[in-house]
Amino acid sequence: MLSVRGLSVRYGRSVRALDGVDVEVPADGVLAVLGGNGAGKSTLLRAVSGTLKLHRGTITAGEIRVDGERIDRLDPAVVVRRGVVAVPEGRQVFARMTVEDNLRAGGLGARSAADRAAARQRVHDLFPVLAERAGQRAGLLSGGEQQMLAIGRALMSAPRLLLLDEPSLGLAPQMVGRIATIIREIHAQGTVVVLVEQNATMALRVADHAAVLEVGRVALSGPADELAASDDVQRLYLGGHAESQAQAESEAAQAQAHRRTRTLSRWVG
Amino acid sequence: MNTFLQLLVNGLGKGAVYALLALGFVVIYKATEVINFAHGSLVLVGGFLVYELKDTLGWVGAAVVGIVAAALAGLLIERVLLANARAADHNSLALLTIGVDVIITEEVVRRVGADIPFIGDPYDAQPIQLGAITIFRTQAIALVVGAVLITAFLLAFRYSSWGVAMRAQAENREAAALMGIRSSRVTATAWLVAGALAGVAVLFIATQDFSGAGLGRGTHAIALVAFPAAILGGLDSTAGAVVGGIVVGLTEALSAQYISFEFSKSAVFLVMLVVLVVRPSGLFGTKELSRV
Repeated sequence: MLSVRGLSVRYGRSVRALDGVDVEVPADGVLAVLGGNGAGKSTLLRAVSGTLKLHRGTITAGEIRVDGERIDRLDPAVVVRRGVVAVPEGRQVFARMTVEDNLRAGGLGARSAADRAAARQRVHDLFPVLAERAGQRAGLLSGGEQQMLAIGRALMSAPRLLLLDEPSLGLAPQMVGRIATIIREIHAQGTVVVLVEQNATMALRVADHAAVLEVGRVALSGPADELAASDDVQRLYLGGHAESQAQAESEAAQAQAHRRTRTLSRWVG
Repeated sequence: MNTFLQLLVNGLGKGAVYALLALGFVVIYKATEVINFAHGSLVLVGGFLVYELKDTLGWVGAAVVGIVAAALAGLLIERVLLANARAADHNSLALLTIGVDVIITEEVVRRVGADIPFIGDPYDAQPIQLGAITIFRTQAIALVVGAVLITAFLLAFRYSSWGVAMRAQAENREAAALMGIRSSRVTATAWLVAGALAGVAVLFIATQDFSGAGLGRGTHAIALVAFPAAILGGLDSTAGAVVGGIVVGLTEALSAQYISFEFSKSAVFLVMLVVLVVRPSGLFGTKELSRV
C-alpha cells in the first residue's frame, strides 16, 4: 500500500531528520512506528502527507509511493485526494469552529458527496459523542473527545490510509485504551493505519507490524509481536525487566551502548 | 431629534460602505495573516474603470466592469507578487502591499489628471423626504446594497464550503492542508472577494454626495478609514468588520454635525484608540479559546 524507500529529509540547511528510511506498509494491517523524541517519527508522517514544506523541511533523497504511484512531490491537498490523510500531533482541531464544522472541513477532501455522506455515518457510528456535541465549539471538548474529533475529521474524506501522530499523547490511560480499540475498529472497516507513537505498549498492542526509528534511521522492523518480545524493545520502550526507574534507565543506557557496537537484526514485515 | 435620525440613517449608509471595505481587510487577513495596505488602490482601480467606461458602456455596465476589474486586480497582486514571496514573513508582505498601493494610486491619479472627477451621479442626488427626515439617496442605496452584500457574505462564510475552508485555514493552516483544503485557492479567492467588495464600495465613495471626494487621493484616504473599522471590530472577525464599519460611519456622521467636519476624520481614529486600549483584540477580535 505505502512504500517509503531510502527517504532522507532535512530541515533548513543542516538538520538531518531522516536518513535513508525504508518502510513498507502492507495493505492488510496496522503499522506502528516507534521511537523517542527526535527520532524522526513525525517527520516521516509529514513527508508522507506532504506538509514538510510548512515546517521548512525538504526531501533530499528517496521516494514515497502509494499503490505504486509517487506522492512525495505532491501538494498536501492532492495527497488527501489520493486517499492518504494524517491526524497531526496535538490533535489540532479547529478550536473556534463547531464539531460539525470541523467534520465539514474534513469532508472537503472527499471524492464525492456520496463518499462524504457514508463517511459521516461511519464517524457518527464510531464516535456517537460527536453527533451529540455537533454544535459545540471544538476547543471546549475534553482531550479525549478532541482526539476522537481529530480522527473523525480525518475519516470524513474516506481515506484508504490513515496516519496517526501520537494519538495517545496527554490522554488518561482509560482513554488511551479506548482510542486503541477504535484504531483496530477503523482498520477492521478497511482503512490501513500507520500509528506513530512513543507509547510503545499501546502501539504494539494495536499494530500488526512495527518499525523502530532511532535518530532518523530504521533500527528495527518486523511483526509487532516479535518486536514486543525483543530485549531491545523491552528495555528501551516497554520498560520490561526493570524493577525501578533507576534500573530501567540503566538498562536502557546499556542497551544503547550495546546497540552501537553490533549490527541489528531485522525482520521483514 | 429629526437631525439626529437623519444623521443616523446617513451614518449607517456610510457605515455599510466602510463595512464592505473592512470585510475586505478582514477576509485577506484571515486567509493570509497579511494586512493589505493596497486596499485603497483596489478601490481606485474599480473607480477609474467606471469613470473611463461609463460613457461607452453606460453606468451599470461600467460598474460591473469596475467591480470585476478590482477583483481581478486583487487576484493579480496575490498571484504575481505574494504567492511568489512565500518565504517572506507577514510584515514584509504588508510592506510589499504598501509599495503596490503607492504605484497603483499614483498611476490612477496621473491618468485622471488634476480634475479629480466623480464617477457620475448614478443614484440621482435628489434627497428623499421621510416626514421631517431628509435622507440622501446615495446613502440609502448604499445601506441597502451594503446590507444585502454583507448578509450574503456572512451566510457564505458561515455555511458554504468556501467559508468552511476559509475559516479552517484561518485557524490552522497545517490542519487545513491535511484536510485537503488547497491553501493557494483559499488565499486567491480571499483577494478576489476583497477586490470585488472594494469595487462595489467605490461606486458610492467616489460620488459627490457621499463624501465630496473625487476619484483621487481623497477617495483613497476615505477607503483607508475602513482600516480603523477593521481594527476596532477585531482584525480577524467578519462580524467585527461589519460592526466596526457601522461605528466608523456613525462616528463620522455625528462628529461632523455636532463637533466639526474637520474633526470627524480624527474622531474615527480616536474611537479606534479608545477601543484598543480597553479591548486590545478589538470589539470582536478572537482571544485564545481553551479548556481549563
